[in-house]
Amino acid sequence: MTGAEMIVHALKQEGVRALFGYPGGSVIDIFDVLYKSDLPFYLVRHEQGAVHAADGFARASGEVGVCLATSGPGATNLVTGLATAHMDSIPMVAITGQVHTHLIGNDAFQEVDIVGISRPITKHNYLVSSVDELPKILKQAFYLARTGRPGPVLVDIPKDIQQTECKVPYPDKVEIPSYKPTMKGHLQQLKKVAKAIEQSKQPVIYAGGGVIASEASNELRTFAKKINAPVTTTLMGLGIYDETDDDALKMLGMHGTEYANYSIQACDLLIAVGARFDDRVTGKVDKFAANATIIHIDIDPTTIRKNVQVNIPIVGDIKHVLTDLNELIEQQDKKEWISQVHEWKEKHPLVYKNDGHIQPQYIIEKLAEMTDHNAVISTEVGQNQMWAAQFYNYKNPRTFLSSGGLGTMGYGFPAAIGAQVAQPDKVVIDIAGDGSIQMNIQELATAVLYQIPVKIVILNNRSLGMVRQWQGIFYDRRFSSTCLRRNAMCPPQCEQTEEFCPEEYVPNFVKLAEAYGATGLYADKVEDVVPTLEKMLNTPGPVVVEFKIEAEENVYPMVPAGAPIHEMIRGMA
Amino acid sequence: MRHIINLEVENNPGVLARISGLFSARGFNIEAISVGKPETNMTSRMTLVVRGNDEVIEQVSKQLNKLIDVIRVTDVTSNYYVSRDLVLVKVTCPPAKRTEISQLIGIFDAKVVDISNKTMTLELAGSEAKVNAFIETIRPYGVKELARSGTIAMLRDSNGKI
Repeated sequence: MTGAEMIVHALKQEGVRALFGYPGGSVIDIFDVLYKSDLPFYLVRHEQGAVHAADGFARASGEVGVCLATSGPGATNLVTGLATAHMDSIPMVAITGQVHTHLIGNDAFQEVDIVGISRPITKHNYLVSSVDELPKILKQAFYLARTGRPGPVLVDIPKDIQQTECKVPYPDKVEIPSYKPTMKGHLQQLKKVAKAIEQSKQPVIYAGGGVIASEASNELRTFAKKINAPVTTTLMGLGIYDETDDDALKMLGMHGTEYANYSIQACDLLIAVGARFDDRVTGKVDKFAANATIIHIDIDPTTIRKNVQVNIPIVGDIKHVLTDLNELIEQQDKKEWISQVHEWKEKHPLVYKNDGHIQPQYIIEKLAEMTDHNAVISTEVGQNQMWAAQFYNYKNPRTFLSSGGLGTMGYGFPAAIGAQVAQPDKVVIDIAGDGSIQMNIQELATAVLYQIPVKIVILNNRSLGMVRQWQGIFYDRRFSSTCLRRNAMCPPQCEQTEEFCPEEYVPNFVKLAEAYGATGLYADKVEDVVPTLEKMLNTPGPVVVEFKIEAEENVYPMVPAGAPIHEMIRGMA
Repeated sequence: MRHIINLEVENNPGVLARISGLFSARGFNIEAISVGKPETNMTSRMTLVVRGNDEVIEQVSKQLNKLIDVIRVTDVTSNYYVSRDLVLVKVTCPPAKRTEISQLIGIFDAKVVDISNKTMTLELAGSEAKVNAFIETIRPYGVKELARSGTIAMLRDSNGKI
């Protein structure tokens, strides 16, 4: 067996169902093995598409996503996707070809030190220096990617090693002495948690993506009902707790619900579960849950006390910890608190203008109804992402895929392709802005040719809306380079509304879709939203839907960066 | 506060880059680092000197532990320990000054490792404070060259302070 054959053998041994990639000089040998293999391979149009597709596959399925690229530019094109997966703790193995071992360090053709480049954006990475260590490294890569706090692992494999005979078999066990994630929570700490919960009058659960990684949604629900606490989730955690439940506070933070943020600020006990106190969540950090005892449950000890002081830390796997806590804790009754929370929910719901114009929030709401809150939704980044987060009302984990930490525009569409490959029976929809979708639009070719029936809903506001929103609120309407209609004739400075803009907008998304062989739909009237969405859902194959939405609609509520989270700018109903 | 952290690491290529990269990426201050030959073929020992308050040091130590290649992290400053810096200093020393400088050498328990008509090269191993004091004492004579190692340290098994 050659090194290249060992690589494909390893992928099959690890149960890899799909491989996304792009060929090149340093990986020809691997592609030569794939040529004869039955491992499903998806040829993308840009390596960034491959890495995001692998990421979407992983998020939708919980399995390790795998991508393959050549040395040099192939490898550097993975960088954004690796960083995206790293920030959001997504299990992934990226395999890159490298120039011949004897050429490394010579500035050879298509040589780049991808292990050096990707060091801070991977959980771990390897440059394989002999074929005999290849099996062990591949085994470790998958093990590291999927265990503990998951993350991307990159394996860089020189071309000569792919060609060399490998005499070492693929191991079935893996042992890394320096890597032993803590699974069970410490009993003393668990008891302290139980006591704190019993003593608390106003507890809130703040749950994040760690609950998905640990597959602990059911345990979380049991826990919440048992301690009688409302649940708010981070962007990464959407879907782990049914958002249509009475005790769901939906998302918190900068664009979270008012009632989530008020509950956080009023609570006397904050239970953080698999969340990391990101600045978009906490706002001004020393004013965040300032009156609360804080419990922090996380498998990664570095997240604990990184941003906030914690009263009771628990290092452990969330499923284990919550299972133990559920046994330890008596049924609680926090009636008064819950009714206070319900009152906030009633008084301050998410709202949007209903003035006869086509509003993005309305589109998402209708989409949610028509797909029973159970499609797999991926998003791009910006306003489209926040509206998708606010108005879909997720019910199940792994149905909301979004670049939370890195905030990668261009993520949503290739991620949707990966998700659809992982979940062929589900409806998969990318909610996009007209800016973001253009960052990886080339993957329409992949979707069409492999008959991957993802739907793309473009909320076209002719602008880079989130930055434009900030310019509108904090920069006195100096709309610097956020108008996507801007052309050579425009005045150098512009603070105008859309009616003064040039008529022409490019591209024509319907024609673009058709050019790739996909279906293109368009609507610009409220009454056309539902029929258009219906048509989209009933059309087989990839569909691109463009909704011309109001140009200056903003995302509300909004906490200005650095303010305490109860100081929110409200939208108008 | 100044902390001395011992690391036992897998003897893999790039491990030093992972550690120094961690410090620069997270904005931790590293004052000294010393790496020697491997203890065994599999592992190496590194000693880091880091300044920071308790929260910073807690994060430093957790982040180091999180690196896959790091096997063990020990903050020796939280316990009884011995630590040594090594300094080589070449000082201007015409023959007429030799006696005078030799007296200082005696006080500090330093050694002469080279001597010429114009200079004397001295060696001293000691705690950071002692090495500092030695350098300051010698400085007025004219330090031509100075090479100083990072701190290395070890926990004491006995409970006595130095």
